[in-house]
Amino acid sequence: MSDDFTFEGWRRPDGRIGIRNHCLVLATVVCVAGVVREVGRRLPEVVAVEHPHGCGRGGPDIGLQLKTLAGLVQNPNIGGAILVGLGCEPVSVGLLSAVIGDSGKPLKGVVIQETGGSGKATEQVEAMAREMLAELAEMPRSPGTAADLTLALECGGSDTFSGMTANPAVGKAVDRLVAMGGTAILSETTEMIGALGPLLRRAANDEIAAQLKKMVDGQEAVTRKILGDFADRALAPGNVESGLSTIAEKSLGCIAKGGGTPIREVLAYAQRPGKQGLVVMDTPGYDAESMTGMAAAGAQMIAFTTGRGSPAGFPGVPVIKVSSNSNVYQRMMDDIDVDAGRVLSGMTLDEVAEEILTLLLRVCSGEKTKAEVNRQDVFAIAQTHQAL
Amino acid sequence: MTRFGGRHYSDAMSVRAIRIDAADNVAVVVADVETGGRVRLDDGSELTAAQPVPRGNKVALAAIAAGGPVIRYGEEIGAATTDIAVGDHVHTHNLGGRK
Repeated sequence: MSDDFTFEGWRRPDGRIGIRNHCLVLATVVCVAGVVREVGRRLPEVVAVEHPHGCGRGGPDIGLQLKTLAGLVQNPNIGGAILVGLGCEPVSVGLLSAVIGDSGKPLKGVVIQETGGSGKATEQVEAMAREMLAELAEMPRSPGTAADLTLALECGGSDTFSGMTANPAVGKAVDRLVAMGGTAILSETTEMIGALGPLLRRAANDEIAAQLKKMVDGQEAVTRKILGDFADRALAPGNVESGLSTIAEKSLGCIAKGGGTPIREVLAYAQRPGKQGLVVMDTPGYDAESMTGMAAAGAQMIAFTTGRGSPAGFPGVPVIKVSSNSNVYQRMMDDIDVDAGRVLSGMTLDEVAEEILTLLLRVCSGEKTKAEVNRQDVFAIAQTHQAL
Repeated sequence: MTRFGGRHYSDAMSVRAIRIDAADNVAVVVADVETGGRVRLDDGSELTAAQPVPRGNKVALAAIAAGGPVIRYGEEIGAATTDIAVGDHVHTHNLGGRK
C-alpha cells in the first residue's frame, strides 16, 4: 500500500469523521437492560448497549459514567442515539442528554417509568430506532484521510510472542499512521508497570514525562496495595502458562504497540485527545474498561493483539484482531483478522504492518472485522470505588 | 528491517530461540525443547537446554547470580531468585519481580 489513505466516511457536525453510521440504543442504567436487549434482537442493525452502571455509586464514579456514556454517543461512528432510562436513576436520560450537549446528531430518549412499563417502552424505542435508521441511511458520505483517524491500541491474552510479533507489527503500522497525520491511543496503565524507562525516553517533553511517571507509579502503588507480594505477577494464568514471568516482561511487550514516535499527550480516562500523533490514556489493564475509555474519547477503530486468543470486540467501533502466533490463528480463525505469528517463520514486521494498514483502510471503507461479524461486543466503564 | 531468521521453527538438530536485544541474557524458544536439546540463536550460536523448556518460554544465555537482573527487550524484567546457569529454563520458579 502506498501511503494514500483515503476513504468515504460520515462527517459529523463537530468536524470529526465516522467510519460507521450507527444508530445507538444506549441504556443509561442497568434496570433497562431487557428493553435495550429486546430492541437489539428485533433490529439487529442497531448497536444496542446495556451495562451494569447508572446507579448505586458515589459522585466521582457517577461522573465517570456520565462522561463515558456521553463520549460513546459523541463517538463519530455513532450517527444518532436513543437513550433508554428508568426514571429514578442518577444517570438519567435528562442529565446524560445535558452532558452530551448539542452534538448536532439526532438524539432521543425514552423513560420506562413514564411510558407504561417495559413492553410499551420497547415498542416506542423500536419505532424511534426504525425512524432513525431510515434517517441515517439518507446521510451523505464525506471523504476522510488518515489524519481523521484515531486508532485505539489494546492487547488481551498476551503471550511471550506478543512483544516480538503482534505488538511491534501494530507499532510499525502506528508509526506510519502517525506519519500520515493520524492519532493512536496507547492505554492499559497496569501494563506499563516495569516499562517506565522506555516510555519516559519517548515522552515529547519533560511535562509529559512527569505525567507518565506519576500515572504509572500511581498504578503500581494501587496494584501493590491490592495484590501485595503478588504485584510483580499481576498476570492472568494464561499469560504465565505461555511463558510470561513478570508484569515488567508483559509490559515491555505491551508498549511495543505504540511504535516509536514521541508521546505527545497524557489523557485521563475517556478524555478526547487534543493532539495528533501518539497519545497515552490512563486506563486499567482490563480490556473491556480500557477499550470503553478509548472509544468514549472518540477512537473510530481498535487494533487488538492477542496471544491466547481473545474474541472481544466493541459496540459500534470495529476491532481488528492480530494474533501473536500462528497456532492461535489456526485455532481461532473466526475471531482473528491478521496473523502476526508468521514473523516467527520469516515474515518481517514491516510486511505484517503493511497488511494491518491495508486492512485498516478496508475497514474504514466498510469491510466488517471478525469481531463485528461475531457481534462480540463488550462494554464496561472503569470505576474507582465499590457499589454503595 | 527485523527478520527473525529462517523459514522453519526448528529443524531436526536444534530449536530456534529469539533474542530481541543484544543486551538480553535470556531468549524465547519457538518450539518445545527437551533436556539436552540444542537451542540455536539467529547469530548461529548454540547452547544446550539443562531442563525441558516449553515453547514460548525463556532459556538463559548467560549465568545469572541470585539477585542479578534478568534482561529481555534490553530492559530488566526482574531478578533471579536463585543462581541461574546457561541453558536453564527461566520462569516464575527462578525469576521474581523487582522489589
